[in-house]
Amino acid sequence: MRQPETLRQDHRVAPEPYLTVNDLRVKFPTEDGLVSAVDGVSFSVTRGRTLAIVGESGSGKSVTALAIMGLLDRKSAQVSGEVWLDNQELLEMSDAAVRKLRGSKMAMIFQDPMSSLHPFYRVGAQLAEAAMIHRKLTRQQARAEAIEMLARVGIPAPKRRVDDYPHQLSGGMRQRVMIAMALINSPALLIADEPTTALDVTVQAQILDLIGQLQSEFNTAVIIITHDLGIVADVADEVAVMYAARIVERASTETLYGSPEMPYTLGLLASIPRMDRERTDRLDPIPGNPPSPLRHPDGCVFHPRCKYKDRVPGERCFTERPELLESERDHLVRCHLPAEERRSIAREVLSTSVGGGAVAVLGGVDGTTSSAQVAPVGGPA
Amino acid sequence: MAGYITRRFLGMILLLFLLTLTVFFLFNMLPADPARLSCGKACSPQIVENNRHRLELDIPPIEQYQRFISGLFFGRTYLADTKRPIECEAPCLGYSFLRNSDVLSLITRSVPATFWLAVGGFVVWMAIGLTFGIISALKRGKWQDRTIMGIALLGYSLPSFFIGLVLLFTVVLWLHLLPSPQWVDPFKDPVRFLQTMILPWITIAILNAAFYMRLTRNQVLEVFGDDYIRTARAKGLPERTVVVKHALRAGLTPIVTAAGLDLAYLLGGAIITENIYSLPGLGSLAVNSVIASDLPIITAITLITAAIIIVANLVVDLLYAVIDPRVRIS
Repeated sequence: MRQPETLRQDHRVAPEPYLTVNDLRVKFPTEDGLVSAVDGVSFSVTRGRTLAIVGESGSGKSVTALAIMGLLDRKSAQVSGEVWLDNQELLEMSDAAVRKLRGSKMAMIFQDPMSSLHPFYRVGAQLAEAAMIHRKLTRQQARAEAIEMLARVGIPAPKRRVDDYPHQLSGGMRQRVMIAMALINSPALLIADEPTTALDVTVQAQILDLIGQLQSEFNTAVIIITHDLGIVADVADEVAVMYAARIVERASTETLYGSPEMPYTLGLLASIPRMDRERTDRLDPIPGNPPSPLRHPDGCVFHPRCKYKDRVPGERCFTERPELLESERDHLVRCHLPAEERRSIAREVLSTSVGGGAVAVLGGVDGTTSSAQVAPVGGPA
Repeated sequence: MAGYITRRFLGMILLLFLLTLTVFFLFNMLPADPARLSCGKACSPQIVENNRHRLELDIPPIEQYQRFISGLFFGRTYLADTKRPIECEAPCLGYSFLRNSDVLSLITRSVPATFWLAVGGFVVWMAIGLTFGIISALKRGKWQDRTIMGIALLGYSLPSFFIGLVLLFTVVLWLHLLPSPQWVDPFKDPVRFLQTMILPWITIAILNAAFYMRLTRNQVLEVFGDDYIRTARAKGLPERTVVVKHALRAGLTPIVTAAGLDLAYLLGGAIITENIYSLPGLGSLAVNSVIASDLPIITAITLITAAIIIVANLVVDLLYAVIDPRVRIS
């Protein structure tokens, strides 16, 4: 819907989110007990925007994605909550109905392009299959579309490559094929689960650029799942940080990098290797390990590893689970520390360990915003 | 690819040659003396010597081997220095003086029974094995899976002579559901042929189907964990397509290998099943020849069985390339 220019500036009507996740919970019954993989996760994504979900392995980010896609086995996973895609609730739907949406309205690309393509079928056939399952196309039409998609994702000589087998392509090319396959039906939601983790560093940027470029072309809502904070800054509009099955902080990318508040996010930012630090300096890791998914600690799930729990009066960090609350506009934080305290800790941590490096992290976003955001936290370096 | 096939083919011929060498000299070293066996109880040394000469066992083994090989290509004449020479045309696999027949025609006569037994049994067991293997994998852990795997274990543990005899006694002798087995040519009397073969097929199939159920189940389950299956589901493919087109195709390679070699092995003669159902196949011929120490026949059957397995190996390897494009050599 096009709006007149003036109207657009005066009241910025927020567009309807294409995907809204409400209080999503995923539990896996195992022999050792009930594993809570996702615990009350909520977020939404609008078409044309990118949400990054960041967290360590096992924090529940991939399970969240699989739950949205309906790819969790209903027999082994207990999924509850709401997943609204284009005003349809998916968790209540039949498997067959969700299957029809997969690949057409929502698509997903996976971490390892080496193993995510079927080794025995030509890439063209795999692309055509994705197109033909959702639309009435002849074999020739589907093949022509496959070639066109291969060209769009930047595969040279697509007319020849369409008859290649996956093993004849490089890792980056295979991930391009995966992207082409995901986007062949122009889905409005694309979930990319660690799309660059298995790739060469030099190829990573190309793949991210490609996703961004196709996103603006198709006006797609994108969720990027990653553990790499370095790539988040480049691509995401909004970031959700997950820890132990929960979102612990959610904010716009600028806010999250410029003024993070949750001690876990601070820890993540502080442990990024920096080019401008002395090589003899040690990285600043978060002490301890993520909790066992079988038994999350009482109180704040992060408290066993939190350096600042003593600053909270009483035993709240040990006994009371913090809520994900709005600290400022569009900035949600799950922490018992008072907001003022959190901000001063952040200033302290970022000035000593990240320092001027934040400029480099933000460099890719947008010149003006990043420098404006960084200015207040920039250290003496 | 053509070069690969040529190389494999030449290798196969070399292997077959080495095989004739091994088999021939192996059987020549047996303590059994065919010359002594070919004369009755009251046997004078003179007769044994004469027999030895008739059987051409009085010449050095190397020369015997040469005659054997040249017989394969050009034929040979036995008892050439007597009044009644015996012509054995190429390819001459030898002559059985015990049966007064050349080995090749004995074998040719035994091939149909063995062939139909093996092929029919193969079809039955593959159909049962694949179908129930897939069902079992899809219903993993449920009662269907447990039942199928239980039956498979049972079938796996029953020896074929037991299955064969139980079937024969119950179906034929006790319930009279089928006439007693009598080998006939399938093109002359198809009904009788089927009546005769159904029990042997089941006997052969039970043991093998059990193995293929387990193999198929494990293959499908293993492949189900692979990333490209998740991709196939993420595309929105129906589960049936995911199973048949994506999972089964990927899990097929070991099944094809095993199936090809099992079929080849069976084509060499199913000794027990053929004997239970009185089928005049290679297995029966082999057993009877071993009992009678009829060396030319044993040598020939061993060679043929080994040759079938060598050929089957080549076929299986070529099928690999058809199934898995990564194997194709450019």
